[in-house]
Amino acid sequence: MKRIVIIGATSAIAHAAARLWAERGAALFLVGRNAARLEANAADLRVRGAASVMVHAMDATVDAAHATMLAAALAALGGIDVALIAHGTLPEQRECEADLARLRAEIETNGVSVCLLSQLFANHFAGQGGGTLAVIGSVAGDRGRQSNYAYGAAKGLVARFTEGLRNRVAKSGVQVLLVKPGFVDTPMTAEFEKKGLLWAQPEAVAAGILRAIEAKREVVYLPWFWRWIMLVIRHIPERIFKRLSL
Amino acid sequence: MDCWGNLPFPPPSRRRRLFDRAAPLPSSDLPLLAWGNGRSYGDVCINSGGELLQTRGLDRYLAFDAASGVLRAEAGVLLDDIIRVFLPRGWFLPVTPGTRFVTLGGALANDVHGKNHHVAGTFGRHVTRFELLRSDGSRRECSPDENAELYAATIGGLGLTGLVTWIELQLRRVPGPAIAVENRRFHGIDEFFALNAEAELTHEHVVAWIDCVASTPRGILMAGDHVDAAVAPGPTFAPTVPFTPPVSLINAASFAAFNAAYFNRPLPQCQTTHCLSYFYPLDNLLHWNRVYGRRGFYQYQCAVPKGVEREATAALLDAIRKSGQGSFLAVLKTFGDAASPGLLSYPLPGANLALDFPNGGAATLALFERLDAIVRDAGGRLYPAKDARMPGALFRAGFPRWQEFSQHVDPKFSSNFWRRISG
Repeated sequence: MKRIVIIGATSAIAHAAARLWAERGAALFLVGRNAARLEANAADLRVRGAASVMVHAMDATVDAAHATMLAAALAALGGIDVALIAHGTLPEQRECEADLARLRAEIETNGVSVCLLSQLFANHFAGQGGGTLAVIGSVAGDRGRQSNYAYGAAKGLVARFTEGLRNRVAKSGVQVLLVKPGFVDTPMTAEFEKKGLLWAQPEAVAAGILRAIEAKREVVYLPWFWRWIMLVIRHIPERIFKRLSL
Repeated sequence: MDCWGNLPFPPPSRRRRLFDRAAPLPSSDLPLLAWGNGRSYGDVCINSGGELLQTRGLDRYLAFDAASGVLRAEAGVLLDDIIRVFLPRGWFLPVTPGTRFVTLGGALANDVHGKNHHVAGTFGRHVTRFELLRSDGSRRECSPDENAELYAATIGGLGLTGLVTWIELQLRRVPGPAIAVENRRFHGIDEFFALNAEAELTHEHVVAWIDCVASTPRGILMAGDHVDAAVAPGPTFAPTVPFTPPVSLINAASFAAFNAAYFNRPLPQCQTTHCLSYFYPLDNLLHWNRVYGRRGFYQYQCAVPKGVEREATAALLDAIRKSGQGSFLAVLKTFGDAASPGLLSYPLPGANLALDFPNGGAATLALFERLDAIVRDAGGRLYPAKDARMPGALFRAGFPRWQEFSQHVDPKFSSNFWRRISG
């Protein structure tokens, strides 16, 4: 029985992953801001076969709450095999440009708090000599673009941070997986027009996360084709890129 | 397209996706209508100019009692999901329509029926409780004992009484995924009714495919029962009709040939099969509705009461054969006496006939008028879930409790169907 902690458990991708784990009989510890929505998800996961589900309300941007959360998770599960860090927001880029306090808050939510929680779990896993840390980044972190560089910069921070962290804990047998989803059809993107072939369902992304964990991968683009799209986008010379409206 | 028949209705002004059952209804001046998975054929799921509240994001389970089989789930859960989760545990839907890609809310709102109507009645009979969110902000728990009038109005109420947030359903025990099926060919309507009456005495699920182009109606009666037997796993991959061809691939020539081949195919008298193949043959071809081309298609589904069911069914089939229209998809079964709690529930004791027709414009609508006359004279009714064109008078004649029902319609909820038949 796997023991799994999920930060941002009310996000669509996280809940889809939690359902897959529940059907395999895992014990789950769900963390999120909204206790009522966590409870609704927990009930769903219990019916779907989870061995146990506990919930813990926490605002990820409050650093002092992190250690308390980890202690509660360890008390509930008796140990942790997988930590999935999936919380985040999708800010309006234009609002971040006009409101610098908002810009800071978005970078802290999507970047800084993710790094701090990653370090916290990695320290724990290194101490116990193994475990999997899976962190949801984004293809947006691969290159800064005018349409969402506040979000992209935060996700870029997570990418570089987990890269170093992976290097740090590799010898301790800890897997650090960075997941880079493309466009995913979730409540976070509910206002977008989703007609294109590039849009994926959260269930497909979740299945990809579980496969990547099993396969001990380091970085995974989901769905797979984003790896090739981003390869092209990363290689456009900056001299040209700065004129594009991507 | 918002409806399964791919008929060209003007779009809604707005589509809003719901994810949180505890959230209030959106504040809007436009009429609201819940939209589940878009499997209703006609305009009960259309709200031109209004708002569609898309409920697929309400897909969580609330609770399951493994001893009693009572399941509580959000209204956007697909029947497919319930089967996937609960069939391996020995539970199945008490009543299932011919597709598993409908939401619980849609199954409730249309009070769907299945091949076991003669023993189990409609879906709504197995719904023990649900929550209804009204536009005045109130949340009403409805059951046969609590808010009983809203309970009766909402079962088969076409989504007009408010937003159903969760539903409690009594699942039924099954020994496993296997169904034992007996196939019998029949020639003529009398033989159908004789075989059918005999089959209903001993089998839980009974349905017939009917060849509506043969000079004497003929078909195959398929009677099934859940059995404890080893069976190959259900279908795991379903191909998709990838795009909508400009014209219907179903026409008089193609379906007459197909019907003859289907009727005369080597037919095992008994076979044991996975229940998914038995209940949902069409679910194995995703987007099959596209084969009818860009103009879409109609389904004509009617029920005619006991006593006149032979004559009326024969007259309907005769009119269809003479018209040269129709398609391969034609189903005949009888409904039993078990009454639904729903005020607008479609099934009535008697015979039930359903046929698909490519949208042939005026010729198709003219045929429907001839069929309407037969149904009206027989004291029958048309199935709103499949309808896109019945006259208001036929609806009012077929559903005599519609006025009682209309007292419970939420003032903020409406649909093209409701505006059409009550206007």
